[in-house]
Amino acid sequence: MPNRNELAIFLAVAVAGIAAPLVLPGYTTQFAFLWVMVVFALTWDVLGGQMGYNSFGNVVFFGLGMYVCAVVQIAPFTDLAEYTSASGTQDIGLSHGQYYLGLAVGCSIAAVAATIVAAVLGSGILALRGHYFAICTLGLGIAAGEIAAGIDLIGAGSGMVTPLYPGGIGSRERFFYFLFLALAVVVFLTLRSVYAGRFGLAINAIRDDEDKAEAMGIRTTRYKTVAWCISAFFLGIAGGLVGNIVGFIDPTEVAFAGATFGVWMVLMAILGGKGTLWGPVLGAAVFHVTQEVFWTYLFGWQRVALGLLIVLIVVFFPQGILGWLRERYPERFGHRIEPAEGASREGA
Amino acid sequence: MSEAMLVVDNVSKRFGGVVANADISLEVAPGEIVGLIGPNGSGKTTLFNSIVGFHPIDSGSILFEGREITALRVPQIARLGLLRTFQQTRVYGKMTCMENMRISTANREAGLRGMFRRFPPAVDEHAEELLEFVGLYSKRFLRAGDLSFGQQKLLEFAMALMNGPRMLLLDEPTAGINPTLINGLIDRLRRANAELGITLLVIEHNMRVVMNLAERIYCLAHGELLAEGSPDEVQSNPHVVEAYLGAH
Repeated sequence: MPNRNELAIFLAVAVAGIAAPLVLPGYTTQFAFLWVMVVFALTWDVLGGQMGYNSFGNVVFFGLGMYVCAVVQIAPFTDLAEYTSASGTQDIGLSHGQYYLGLAVGCSIAAVAATIVAAVLGSGILALRGHYFAICTLGLGIAAGEIAAGIDLIGAGSGMVTPLYPGGIGSRERFFYFLFLALAVVVFLTLRSVYAGRFGLAINAIRDDEDKAEAMGIRTTRYKTVAWCISAFFLGIAGGLVGNIVGFIDPTEVAFAGATFGVWMVLMAILGGKGTLWGPVLGAAVFHVTQEVFWTYLFGWQRVALGLLIVLIVVFFPQGILGWLRERYPERFGHRIEPAEGASREGA
Repeated sequence: MSEAMLVVDNVSKRFGGVVANADISLEVAPGEIVGLIGPNGSGKTTLFNSIVGFHPIDSGSILFEGREITALRVPQIARLGLLRTFQQTRVYGKMTCMENMRISTANREAGLRGMFRRFPPAVDEHAEELLEFVGLYSKRFLRAGDLSFGQQKLLEFAMALMNGPRMLLLDEPTAGINPTLINGLIDRLRRANAELGITLLVIEHNMRVVMNLAERIYCLAHGELLAEGSPDEVQSNPHVVEAYLGAH
């Protein structure tokens, strides 16, 4: 159960989250992507932070979800090959009902597909440890983009247009904003809940000493695979939604965007403090705001500034913001030496 | 001893040209405390690794409670109730002692739901009891990695007990422990054996400890079984004395 401090933070985030698009409607899309970033960082941290397996391939599940959802949305209403070869000029004119139903079914199938792929890939490559796993996943991300760019049915290299939103101008952004807010909240609460039980400690144990965990009888392979499946499930949904808010799926720039989304996931989690629950949320917020500011005020130099920021993060905050706070103010953020009344889990 | 708990039958293991274990046979009866001694590099830890399935053996067979475990893997053997501790002490460094204890509970029931279950209060109570038992109760909210080496050794022992094993293989349980605490540890090992009914097979270099603790002792040298018997017999065996003093 959340304590009083946590409850206050939840409440503040909820109020800010609901108020943001109403107060500053011009920035709704940017705010929506803030929640996407939170989902990225949180799902990456399951393996990268809590379990100690650095994955550079999580973007595979995101891109897969994006394509699967779009196909499910389009295929029932028109011939998919014709639709993609018309590259956006064919409007299938979905009604409200058709659109929402398609999106819901699409995201569900995307989530399931991503989970299955994670289970299959995971049972193979999660046997690799440390750097070998990282390099292997890096390869997966690149391969997935190349494969997608070679399939004509989904538009190959020239990409795919997602169905038009049936509502009026501005309502589309707000609709997706609240979906992303809801997704981020669900991801956070789900992870918070599973981290508090046996699952959380088991993947922490794998991070700290996998040989010891095996020697103690923990079914490490199963925990590792399930952890990746949890990430993939939510990334699949996120992919389906992002495809629709962007409106166009490019295989390597949007769907399997390893150089942007794929790297950002890692950075945001590290920036906020990996292996903590709030760290990735904090990191995503700081990173996204900084990035938007760079785009606005340093246009032309935004990539350079971002690169510089990444270097600064790694050099000065290797533990992340939350890790730094814990070291600096252990009595406020650190592990408790004496238990508070009825505390079942220490730290944030 | 047909009802032996652990039977190691003619086990051999070589690494390249090095014969680490050559046709080793030993037996441990239920409820016994057995010592395993031998000079450095004599193959004691290799034998432990073979027993718990850390690496495949070249020949021979291993039975635990009458069941063939030769081909099983480490976590499977651990779930049968045959647990080992490590010479170089392994605990989960970034987790608190209590977290280390909680995750050490045996999770023998299969299924997805078991993976996500919360820890009932009884687990915490039991963990606190065992930490009290090894003298780490006041450190229970410290990170395991911040403990001293000796304290980590005690924590590892408590974690093993938390798992509720039938038999424990302890690899040098007193190494690095303050001499004044060693007597306390011997006492605790005995109590774990007598009160909790855990059979012990102990690698130990400290002769005083092993002679006090073990009912029977096996001695290895150069990968071969050199001697076995009661502490007195082994101590007076000329081969053992020779192996230890190096007059080979």
